[in-house]
Amino acid sequence: MAILDHHKILEKNATLLLVFSFLVVTIGGIVQITPLFYLENTIEKVEGVRPYTPLELTGRDVYVREGCYVCHSQMIRPMRDEVERYGHYSLAAESMYDHPFQWGSKRTGPDLARVGGRYSDEWHIDHLNDPRAVVPESIMPAYGFLRNRMIEPAHVAQRLQADRMVGVPYSDEMIAEARADFIAQADPDGDAEALQERYPGAQQRNFDRQAGVSEMDALIAYLQVLGTMVDFSTFEPDPTR
Amino acid sequence: MADPTSDDPAAGGPGADGPGAGDPRPAAPAAAPTATPTAREAEVAENMGVSATDPHTSPANPENRISVGRRAADAENAEQILQNAPEAIIGVRPGHGARKPVRRKPGKQPVEVASTGHSWDGIEEYDNPLPRWWLWTFYATIIWAIGYVIAFPAIPLVTKATEGLLGRTTRNEVAADIQRFDAANAPIQARLTSVDLAAIKDDPELMNYAGNAGAAVFRTWCAQCHGSGAAGASGYPNLLDNDWLWGGTIEDIHTTLLHGIRSPDDPDTRYSEMPRFGLDELLDDAQIRQVTQYVLSLSGQPHDAAAAGAGATVFAEQCTACHLEDGTGDRAQGAPDLTDAVWLYGRDGQADAATIQRIVHDGPFGVMPAWSDRLSEADIRAVASYVHGLGGGE
Repeated sequence: MAILDHHKILEKNATLLLVFSFLVVTIGGIVQITPLFYLENTIEKVEGVRPYTPLELTGRDVYVREGCYVCHSQMIRPMRDEVERYGHYSLAAESMYDHPFQWGSKRTGPDLARVGGRYSDEWHIDHLNDPRAVVPESIMPAYGFLRNRMIEPAHVAQRLQADRMVGVPYSDEMIAEARADFIAQADPDGDAEALQERYPGAQQRNFDRQAGVSEMDALIAYLQVLGTMVDFSTFEPDPTR
Repeated sequence: MADPTSDDPAAGGPGADGPGAGDPRPAAPAAAPTATPTAREAEVAENMGVSATDPHTSPANPENRISVGRRAADAENAEQILQNAPEAIIGVRPGHGARKPVRRKPGKQPVEVASTGHSWDGIEEYDNPLPRWWLWTFYATIIWAIGYVIAFPAIPLVTKATEGLLGRTTRNEVAADIQRFDAANAPIQARLTSVDLAAIKDDPELMNYAGNAGAAVFRTWCAQCHGSGAAGASGYPNLLDNDWLWGGTIEDIHTTLLHGIRSPDDPDTRYSEMPRFGLDELLDDAQIRQVTQYVLSLSGQPHDAAAAGAGATVFAEQCTACHLEDGTGDRAQGAPDLTDAVWLYGRDGQADAATIQRIVHDGPFGVMPAWSDRLSEADIRAVASYVHGLGGGE
């Protein structure tokens, strides 16, 4: 066939072969990836999901820095045993403001997608200080040093801005007040009203039970919000999705 | 048959005339001074086809002996091989002569496979057919794929993917799976939630269910604090003993599970707060030390009697509202009995002055989450019954 004769030209010319291979891979990639941008079931809107507060976002950075994702996933798969153990299966919308998401693929420790509110702050402090003190069979390393590392929210506004650049809807007000919100959330006497208005449902207390804002405050604030944003008593899963 | 060794200088035949051997003179002045080869060495060198005067090849140089020995052995070996070789292959060189026809099976006629006509650097490509088993497997996968695409969600369209004739989704599957187990447990759970809490223990069937379901719930939700064996840890109560902070009847345990203890998101939670005597400067350090000794004395632990005497006054002023005058505590406020030598805080459940001092100084604030949002009433009753049955239930 004529086309096969022409194919010979490609096979004999390395540069041309490279160019056409790239073309083929590009078309294949577009066919696979573009539908995800407009398919409704990948962008299911869910009530209640809000961007992280500055303190939670900082805690998330601590989580990423310490490599928690290496042992803990944040993805409850739609299977009965996982739903019974961890709670409602994860929805795509719940990690829509995660950049990058922390789904993970390895469960040396339990899944943390819905760890928020499951344990008290004291438990988290005890457990991070010495995991064996509360769970004797645990092999998790201790992270007590987080409590001694105080954070100054000097760059938290820029941190929010960076997330806004990749699509998290932080308003100008949120960025302007980031520093104040950061401090208020770890202070039981902070400005609760403003915080609630900007971040509905944000938990406000002294997470690490000591003065000042430490990395432990931030990490526990983050852990305590995980999986709690969506109210599953009113959530109706679309069965076709 | 020609003499095979004649065109092989390395074989070192008698007529060999190796490079450099023809005229040793030009090499001699340039090379390092070498002992003049003996007649024997000159003969060996000539046989080897090397120069007897070049120090790199001369057999007179001891460093060359290994090479000389190996070459001699090679030559001998090559001659032996040629002597034993079958007549047919003598003189055949690679790349010459006709290509051997491909035989498909022994005994069958050789089949000459056609060439595709593709030639790269003189290497041609056979036009062999694909193995039949492979080809049919390949066709089968194509047919399977067509069926799969029809039956299951597959092709992305404008706003959603095709749903597939079977209408299967993971969400439906997990919902159906959970539904199946819920339906199987529904009758016994309905009975568990309808009977009086105290009556559960009189019904063997309910006890059997509550024991198993409660243990599963406990391991999933409670073990992280109270331990997988329910023995607790420092700051997390032991559920096996007879000492209860908020009450050990099944009704008390049930209420604690429903609403938690100092749970921030439940308005009906059990709440009390021991003052932070040190942090809030209600007592000075000396008073805290004294009252610590008094608390140790209440349960008959080793203590400093003088300090304990002074501590008794502090205790009477500050602590009796909750822990009562005799220190036996008040379950309505979750105030522990200080006379029973069972300790919530401290290492391995043992009394420890430093820990008591820290608790009085900082104020304890143990929190247990409310479970009514996370667990069904049946699950809560099951785990209440399980905990009640662990040994300390009242």
